[in-house]
Amino acid sequence: MADEHNSAGDETDRRDFLYLATGAFAAIGAANIAWPLIHQMNPDASVKALASIEVDLAAIETGQSITVTWRGKPVFIRRRTEGEIAEARSVAETDMPDPQNDIDRVQKDEWLVMVGICTHLGCVPLGQAGDFNGWFCPCHGSHYDTSGRIRKGPAPKNLEIPSYEFVGDSRIKIG
Amino acid sequence: MSGESTYNPSNGFTKWMDSRLPILRLAHDSFVDYPTPKNLNYWWTFGGILTFCLVTQIITGIILAMHYTPHVDFAFNSVEHIMRNVNYGWLIRYIHANGASMFFLAVYIHIFRGLYYGSYKAPREVLWILGVIIYLLMMAAAFMGYVLPWGQMSLWGATVITNLFGAIPVVGESVAIWLWGGYSIDNPTLNRFFSLHYLIPFLILGVVILHIWALHVPGNNNPVGISVKSKQDTVPFHPYYTVKDGFALTVFLILFAYFIFFAPNVLGHADNYIQANPLVTPAHIVPEWYLLPFYAILRAVPDKLGGVALMFGAIFILFLLPWLDTSKVRSARYRPLFRQFYALLVLDCLLLGYLGAQPAEGIYIVLARIGTIYYFAHFLVVLPVLGIVEKPKAVPESISAPVLGAQPAE
Repeated sequence: MADEHNSAGDETDRRDFLYLATGAFAAIGAANIAWPLIHQMNPDASVKALASIEVDLAAIETGQSITVTWRGKPVFIRRRTEGEIAEARSVAETDMPDPQNDIDRVQKDEWLVMVGICTHLGCVPLGQAGDFNGWFCPCHGSHYDTSGRIRKGPAPKNLEIPSYEFVGDSRIKIG
Repeated sequence: MSGESTYNPSNGFTKWMDSRLPILRLAHDSFVDYPTPKNLNYWWTFGGILTFCLVTQIITGIILAMHYTPHVDFAFNSVEHIMRNVNYGWLIRYIHANGASMFFLAVYIHIFRGLYYGSYKAPREVLWILGVIIYLLMMAAAFMGYVLPWGQMSLWGATVITNLFGAIPVVGESVAIWLWGGYSIDNPTLNRFFSLHYLIPFLILGVVILHIWALHVPGNNNPVGISVKSKQDTVPFHPYYTVKDGFALTVFLILFAYFIFFAPNVLGHADNYIQANPLVTPAHIVPEWYLLPFYAILRAVPDKLGGVALMFGAIFILFLLPWLDTSKVRSARYRPLFRQFYALLVLDCLLLGYLGAQPAEGIYIVLARIGTIYYFAHFLVVLPVLGIVEKPKAVPESISAPVLGAQPAE
């Protein structure tokens, strides 16, 4: 702002500079004090410290699902049947709202692990329901297929796949 | 209309006070000798009724806060504690819960009265805008209040509404996490909603004061929609309208009392008597009745961002209303075409309200789309065009003229 001194001519003097500098300083100060007041609402240390979880899959038979809680959200773990896998692989992805290969959504064909929260407005979809034998969200009518991909309804995205890894043949670690 | 003050301090104390803080003068000039159009009908009594509702909600709310615990492990039980253990807790909670519904019932009548009689037109645009702000604050307060009992509808209603912000491109998810204070609705969310739910009624009170101030500068609109021309057109607020408002309030309280004592849960959802469970969504999530039309609009659009945009747009369009309506004639009494479209808008809002409570499928979706299109067309097409093509009926000379039979109004 001091640079304006030349271009603005004689009208700009030291007082204008002081005025602008003081105003700018006050604005930066206000922004600095506003940030803690805003940021305090973001997830706190205790929320962020939630550890990843390990889940034992041994007891789940083919065609069964379990729901576990991770970061306060439900995670669906389904041991899919041959039919479900075949169904998920047999359709063309191109005409889906959020095209994705079934292979890209699983680490082992049998095991489908995904966050059980509808990508529309956050409800928990019901399992083995809907027009595609996958999941159906009762809130606003989104249909997901046996790979958890959105096929019909208002949801924009497929059910989210959390980061997880197998820590043994029948044990996974989510998060 | 706010003319010369007629306040006359009668004793030593009021004289002493008047030269220091003329608050009694303000009250006298605003609510006693305030010149009010003499033709106001009962649709004009809802301002007073709404003030009563606000005060009722604040008093019962402060009391409930003395017994309620804003924590996910205790909130649900503390509400049952209020219902079973606290002396008259059931009464105070039922007044507060049904009071919200009564508040919205009154505010909808108040808004539709303004729409019918053109109360949003010059010189009352700011008055109208302040009213829309109050309405928005009311919705925020009602929404957060509904979360506090921590039942299934509390949790899942809050989940749906806060996820609306997730539809905002780029920053949506960060905004949602910021609102939640976590990765889903949980204890931090409940805690901050309690804090804000306590705050908002006082913000409403502040805006109500501005609303009344903005009302008292141009003065009341009235059923014929023409401005006050002389003192013949007005009567003092007290006793004429204090009595009229008082009578209307009494009738309104009969309805209020009916709900409190005979049907205290009929406007709520049974699911909210089940404690919140983040792993199970109720089969049918429905907001409270007063938000249903907007919910229908949200679900009518097969696109997440589009649905959210239209839902908020349905409210924000009201801010523009004073400039969308191009007709200079205020009252619908003299606008034969507008009256028919107005009736259509009322039916449309009722239809959307009905559809918001139905499952989002089949014919309901189709009807909701038609209803949504008409809602927006009414404000964006019908009102601007009507002002140009409609030929209004003859407007009377003055407020007194039709009353004195000089010219029939309709």
